[in-house]
Amino acid sequence: MGAAQQADTGTSGSGAPASPRPQAGNQAGNPPAGSQAPSSAGNSAGVLRNAGVGPDEAVQLLDEHGATHHDATFSSYIEKLDPDVLRGFYRDMATVRRFDTEATALQRQGELALWVPVIGQEAAQIGSGSAMNKADYAFPTYREHGVALTRGLDLADLLKLFRGVTNGGWDPRETNFHLYTLVLAAQTLHAVGYAMGISRDLVADPTTEPAAVVAYFGDGASSEGDVHESMVFAASYDAPVVFFCQNNNWAISVPFEVQSKIPLVNRAAGYGMPGIRVDGNDVLAVYAVTQWALDHARSGHGPVFIEASTYRVGAHTTADDPTKYRMNAEEELWKTRDPLARLETYLRAENLADDAFFEQVKNDGDELAAHVRRTTLALGSADIRHKFATVYAEAHPLVAEELAWFENYEASFADVDTENAQGGAA
Amino acid sequence: MSTLNFFKLPDVGEGLLEAEIVTWKVKLGDIVAVNDVLVEIETAKSLVELPSPYAGVVAQLMVTEGETVDVGTPIIAIGSEVTGAAAAPAPASPAPVAAEPEAEVLKPLVGSGPKADAVKRRPRISSPSAAPTRAAGPNQSAPVTPAPSAVAPAPAPAVQPVVPTSAAAAAAKAPGQDPASNLITNAAATVSRMVAHANRVLAKPPVRKAAKDMGIDLSEVSATGLRGEVTKKDLLSYQDQRTAEHDGAGTFWAPATGTGLEDDPRIERIKVKGVRKATAKAMVESAFSAPHVSIFVDVDASRTMEFVKRLKVSRDFEGIKVSPLLILAKAVIWAAARNPSVNATWTGDEIIIKHFMNLGIAAATPRGLMVPNIKDAQNLSLKELAIALNALATTARAGKTPPADMRGGSLTVTNIGALGIDTGTPIINPGEVAIVAFGTIKQKPWVLDGEVIPRWITTLGGSFDHRVVDGDLSARFMADVAAIMEEPALLLD
Repeated sequence: MGAAQQADTGTSGSGAPASPRPQAGNQAGNPPAGSQAPSSAGNSAGVLRNAGVGPDEAVQLLDEHGATHHDATFSSYIEKLDPDVLRGFYRDMATVRRFDTEATALQRQGELALWVPVIGQEAAQIGSGSAMNKADYAFPTYREHGVALTRGLDLADLLKLFRGVTNGGWDPRETNFHLYTLVLAAQTLHAVGYAMGISRDLVADPTTEPAAVVAYFGDGASSEGDVHESMVFAASYDAPVVFFCQNNNWAISVPFEVQSKIPLVNRAAGYGMPGIRVDGNDVLAVYAVTQWALDHARSGHGPVFIEASTYRVGAHTTADDPTKYRMNAEEELWKTRDPLARLETYLRAENLADDAFFEQVKNDGDELAAHVRRTTLALGSADIRHKFATVYAEAHPLVAEELAWFENYEASFADVDTENAQGGAA
Repeated sequence: MSTLNFFKLPDVGEGLLEAEIVTWKVKLGDIVAVNDVLVEIETAKSLVELPSPYAGVVAQLMVTEGETVDVGTPIIAIGSEVTGAAAAPAPASPAPVAAEPEAEVLKPLVGSGPKADAVKRRPRISSPSAAPTRAAGPNQSAPVTPAPSAVAPAPAPAVQPVVPTSAAAAAAKAPGQDPASNLITNAAATVSRMVAHANRVLAKPPVRKAAKDMGIDLSEVSATGLRGEVTKKDLLSYQDQRTAEHDGAGTFWAPATGTGLEDDPRIERIKVKGVRKATAKAMVESAFSAPHVSIFVDVDASRTMEFVKRLKVSRDFEGIKVSPLLILAKAVIWAAARNPSVNATWTGDEIIIKHFMNLGIAAATPRGLMVPNIKDAQNLSLKELAIALNALATTARAGKTPPADMRGGSLTVTNIGALGIDTGTPIINPGEVAIVAFGTIKQKPWVLDGEVIPRWITTLGGSFDHRVVDGDLSARFMADVAAIMEEPALLLD
């Protein structure tokens, strides 16, 4: 079951044994069936052999039918979990899904300029976010609504950006959850820089609480140069950073097969860091591998790359229509792997949750949705003066002049009804 | 009392300007909750279901299915109180009142063939010369940059209406409150969309746009493209064939089934409203209060034509549209200064002579006839006047003429020649006492020095309010205008 490709930096902080890592090339002991190279390049030195993780392999502890599976490395992370935590995983996933529905509706009602749906990726986000300590720091893309929930944000704050009333929406220092980054992959560089900073803080003051950084990005961003540079620097400096890639199979309309010929996790070996491919719709497995990776990073062993295999069930954003580029059958297949359904099956089978619990989760979700709606409608519209006011820390005469010009310019428009126009002669 | 909440068409994409109402999912009197699906719309990007922002009773569907409306147009009215349902008046058919101006097709402005481009600009409060920018702080030299213009996206391709599957219909009853059923709802909706898209014709976006513009359903066009797609050529030959059929058949005349009396179904009734109503009122007011006298003069405009030709190629007028209307406008301004009584208003006890020229130009616009005027035209150089005429035409053609541009006119020109008409008896714009009709310019036999030679001839027509302008004055004014058209060099005086 295990599909971890780990560097021989050895065991994690928690003492869990690392799976043996296939040594580069020639001792490809037991390569997965799916990865057999069709070519017959022979065994001569210098010929690269294909010995990586196959496209059907991933760490999975809870399958789509709600059955558990054992993994030598990762099962220990969830065996000790309190039922409350397991219920909490479900609650969080259901909460963010309900929130997503409300935000999508608000966009359709003209209250948000845009919305980025997360449906389908709840397990990857709740699992990884829950694995983080308070002192750890997350650098999100623009889709990490689930991670935001685990970091303790008021989800209504996320909508300020999408309503266009602010460029931020929250103070990252309060929750160690960075502002959403719309520039693809740019946050991976920021994350590595932050992680290198943590290393230096530790050197300067050894009593500092060890912490790690999680850099979120997607399969589309994996093709960006920024990700390459980030990984090179992270590996070179043993930066305490976990690269968490949610491979949701679609970079807007570009399918993953175009993005990469092999599972992304195999790239980790090239940078010299452990790579783990995990079932991104299995919240337990995601939680376990992220804990392992964070322990690894925090304890000074350097970066880890996690590829969470998941699926964007909805559109890329509310301005996108996936029916134009992908087949319905594919969506249907992934819906059978729904992250919430399998955990619900498990919780019910193990008598860890009853109808009352699920009813409560639903009602709480509706309450949150109502709160989000109220808060968003009360935001009003953007105040342009705010933008001018935050160009410099202190008032600046040039900015004041430009603001005055802009206000006059805006005032010169007559966006009025011209219905009472008079007719004329002919 | 139940108050009405209006849901305005939102921009569901990024920077979309319009959308088509495909299917209403609710009807009058339906009780809706927040987030219940109201309507399916199609934008340039996708088919989208709009959830209700309000709870209450559907009081009015303001746009009919198949209609394309601008973002911001109210599409549905929802009463705030459910109890108002019984009392709420229920019009039998949707009343597309608010959508009316947008629904009209762009028509060419008089005197200019090509269709207006899709660039939209926000209207300014007043003409550039009066813009408050001058007072805009220390940076006085900053030019007035036009508002960021948005280019209208290509209209979405025509798609067959989605036939909801029973699963979708059933799932729609439970709007996405419960996470599990939400997935099912999405799935069912996707299935129905896929069914629709499976039948979809292949064609490149420009072809789709052209088809939509021509009102052609792509599925009826036989495709010859390499991958089975409909090509532009396919579309054009289909259009040719269709035109031929139309010419043969004719669709205007209805079969003789009625009596010709008032209840005949072949009689089409068009409601009088908006600009049509205003025009009618203004014309009656003018025609039946001001005693009109009309006079005509034939003019040899050959030198005007030569002058226009020279201006067109001159470096100074590069990029500026020049037409004989420009010379006529200049001539009218020149002649009015020599005969000031034509630039006046009759009030009953006073004649108000205006020492300025707000020159009105009658224009057929998408919204009907309008007469915007060029303020202080007497101060404009020939080049400035040309630019002002162009700007006026562009704004009018886009249907964006602001009311301020139509107020305070002092004398009007109507360019009926652009439609190939020789002359006519125009009706004076209310509040003015003179109007000049500019007939078509064409080559005609003309007697010059006892010989018949081909010359560029036009006929100028003028109508005057006899309460202010007597026969001799109107004649002198028209003769002055004609003199300039005969010899534009006189403008140098």
